[in-house]
Amino acid sequence: MGLTPLAKEVIPEIGYAATAVAFGLALYGVGASAAGAYWKRPALVESAQNAAIGVFVLVTLCMLLLEYAFIFYDFSVRYVAMTTNRGTPLFYRIGGLWGALEGSIVLWEWMVSLYTLLVIRWYRSRGGEGYPWVLSILLGVSAFFLLVMTIPAPPFARLTPIPPDGRGLNPLLEDTGMVTHPIFLYLGFTGFTVPFAFAMAALITGRLTDEWITTTRRWTILAWYFLSMGLLIGGWWSYHVLGWGGYWAWDPVENAAFMPWLTATAFLHSVMIQERRRMLRVWNLTLIVLTFSLTQFGTFLTRSGIIGSVHSFTQSSIGIFFLSFIGVVLLFSLSLLAWRGEKLRAQGELDSLISRESAFLLNNLLLVAVAFTVFLGTIFPLIAEAVRGTKMSVGTPFFNRVTIPLFLALIFLMGVGPLIAWRRASSAALRRHFLWPLVIGIGGAAIFFLLGIRQTLALLAFGLALFVTSTMVVDFTKGTRARMKTGEGLLMAMTRLALRQNRRYGGFVVHLGVLLVLVGITGSQLFALHTETTVALGEEVRIGRYALRFQGLQATEESNHFKVTGRFVVFNNRHPVAEMFPAKKFYPQEQQPIAHVAYRSGLFEDLYLVMGDFTRDGQSATVRAMVNPLVSWIWIGGLVLTLGAALAILPDYRRAAS
Amino acid sequence: MKKILVPLSIIPLLALLAWGFRTDPKAIPSPLVGKPAPPFKLQLFDGGNLSLEELRGKVGVLNFWASWCYPACYEEAPILEAGWLEYRDRGVLFIGVNIQDTEPKAREFLRLFNHTFPNGPDPRGLISVDYGVYGVPETFFIDRKGMMRAKHVGAVTEPLLRQKLEELLKDGEK
Repeated sequence: MGLTPLAKEVIPEIGYAATAVAFGLALYGVGASAAGAYWKRPALVESAQNAAIGVFVLVTLCMLLLEYAFIFYDFSVRYVAMTTNRGTPLFYRIGGLWGALEGSIVLWEWMVSLYTLLVIRWYRSRGGEGYPWVLSILLGVSAFFLLVMTIPAPPFARLTPIPPDGRGLNPLLEDTGMVTHPIFLYLGFTGFTVPFAFAMAALITGRLTDEWITTTRRWTILAWYFLSMGLLIGGWWSYHVLGWGGYWAWDPVENAAFMPWLTATAFLHSVMIQERRRMLRVWNLTLIVLTFSLTQFGTFLTRSGIIGSVHSFTQSSIGIFFLSFIGVVLLFSLSLLAWRGEKLRAQGELDSLISRESAFLLNNLLLVAVAFTVFLGTIFPLIAEAVRGTKMSVGTPFFNRVTIPLFLALIFLMGVGPLIAWRRASSAALRRHFLWPLVIGIGGAAIFFLLGIRQTLALLAFGLALFVTSTMVVDFTKGTRARMKTGEGLLMAMTRLALRQNRRYGGFVVHLGVLLVLVGITGSQLFALHTETTVALGEEVRIGRYALRFQGLQATEESNHFKVTGRFVVFNNRHPVAEMFPAKKFYPQEQQPIAHVAYRSGLFEDLYLVMGDFTRDGQSATVRAMVNPLVSWIWIGGLVLTLGAALAILPDYRRAAS
Repeated sequence: MKKILVPLSIIPLLALLAWGFRTDPKAIPSPLVGKPAPPFKLQLFDGGNLSLEELRGKVGVLNFWASWCYPACYEEAPILEAGWLEYRDRGVLFIGVNIQDTEPKAREFLRLFNHTFPNGPDPRGLISVDYGVYGVPETFFIDRKGMMRAKHVGAVTEPLLRQKLEELLKDGEK
């Protein structure tokens, strides 16, 4: 399939023009909307709205044109030549759009403009005084990304001379994770633009009632959900592609996505105190500003090349643009906060340390402490070089040592927070809520101890998971019983309870998902088995209950690489149960061969095989085998998280009824 | 006054990050600089052999490249060829080493840019391992005594090429 010369001639030019026009429109919209708000001119706001719709249409056009260039191998476009070649399968040519810097900015901007469109759709008629400012802020964010697309990272830039073939996608990206992970992650990152814009609008208009929080609650949950899934899918991708058997490495870019997640999680919880007790107003505004800035900081870290990371794209001048943007965002929003400071005095006060407010406050402090620790660890190489002139960095031990106790404390609070009373909890109520869960948690840990588990961390984690689960079960049972007294059947009572208090029980289900992730992480980090051996044809590798017999190698020529596959027969307790095919892929453009991991997932453990070196005659091969317990629980936790977020995001039953 | 302090408190952080642009986390100086260049044997595309011995008394430019390396190798290719044509009579030898590539694609690249300086593949990666090549393109400058004098990562620019060569040529005249 080739392109007609005319199409090659004009398509990138149309794309470039569309970007530039969209940038102009966005800038116009920022001004028009703000002016319309200031001088109370609805016509101006109306016109800004049209500009925003125009931006969405033009950015969508850019995406489609770029996809077209990808699908039909237009190597005259530099970005296409960099991220694809004639061997790249169609699926990855489509996904290749966001396989590197320029295209991922296009995807990002497209999502921002999509969210803007949705905000217009929902709030046009009922947005009130703040709405034009929301629109102005959203368009401002769009304008920034369009500026990046116009000047430092134009996706349609040409390449001369036109190469006969492209360089090809980074082989590690050739995976279904390539399509899902960035989309979820970016939907999460960009999603926080909406609550951020509403928060800023509230600060500008001075209407600092708690309206902006109620308005954006669902948006925040949605963005939080996408970000959580983005992180989990990223872990899953790393687990089954990178071949080291892990899913999280505290890599700077992972951290960059994790930090906004932490502050957003804090935000999700602390808004409840504001809604209920009119406290923490400045704190909530600060958290959303932080979350939004951290999403930009993540992009900055990935793209600027100031810190070494497996995720880094090629260095480019884009860093200075992002840094300036972060600077503007922080200066602008913190100045607004300082200016409105007096109006933000809390109305409620903390009555007692044993109360839901203080549990939530502690939860917030811990989450922010983790975020700060991760931030410090991430930029530490930079600090070290600035202060001492030497290159150093902190690794996994630092992050683990500091964050694990904080995480365990958070899990404990997860059990306490939802049940303890507002204002002040009586000791009778405490006993009623927590006696049985504590007994179950401690008893469970004791049983695990008797079963032979001796690691303190594992006992703590499993015990806490049991404790928190029991608190939820106790609470839900009480609610169901209360409903059944009015004559409802068991199932009906349970369903109605969950739906009537969907926010509360959606939160519970999300917590359950988090617990599953906790158990999965604990199991796989503390109990994994690992061996690396060289075996001759017909020999066996032993690991745990398994024996793996090496049955030979096979070489194949794939569309864009050369592949050597090993065949292993798996015996579980002497019974042959499966064949596994770990492989090594040789891409001409890569120095190192890429491992193709073979794994068998089970509910309780995964068997995980990675091919190492082999002899050319196929007589022997080195294989790394791992047994990773409970890894699947992490991914199942992600599914449960999805259910919980969906439940929490449903329209509020009670409010809809009244 | 206190109000201004809150927003201003972020400036040190921004300054630190801005300073980060000046550093390159990946820049680790080559340990080979200042030592004798590792010996090599190169089978040329148009037949014949070339080895380090043939560089004796000449200034050498050893360039590692691949046909899939966009855009850097494509940017520097015309500059290298022009440099070769200009400096060949002043005792400078340009050598291209093609790595991690297939032969037809490499030949097509050479045709595209009309390269006339000696070029050969390194099919087993022996030369690139000896020279500690991390990625393409990388260019090594070797002086008349066979000492490694500089390593450049990324596309070579004309001013850089000129400056290095003039430096090395002047050096030998003393």
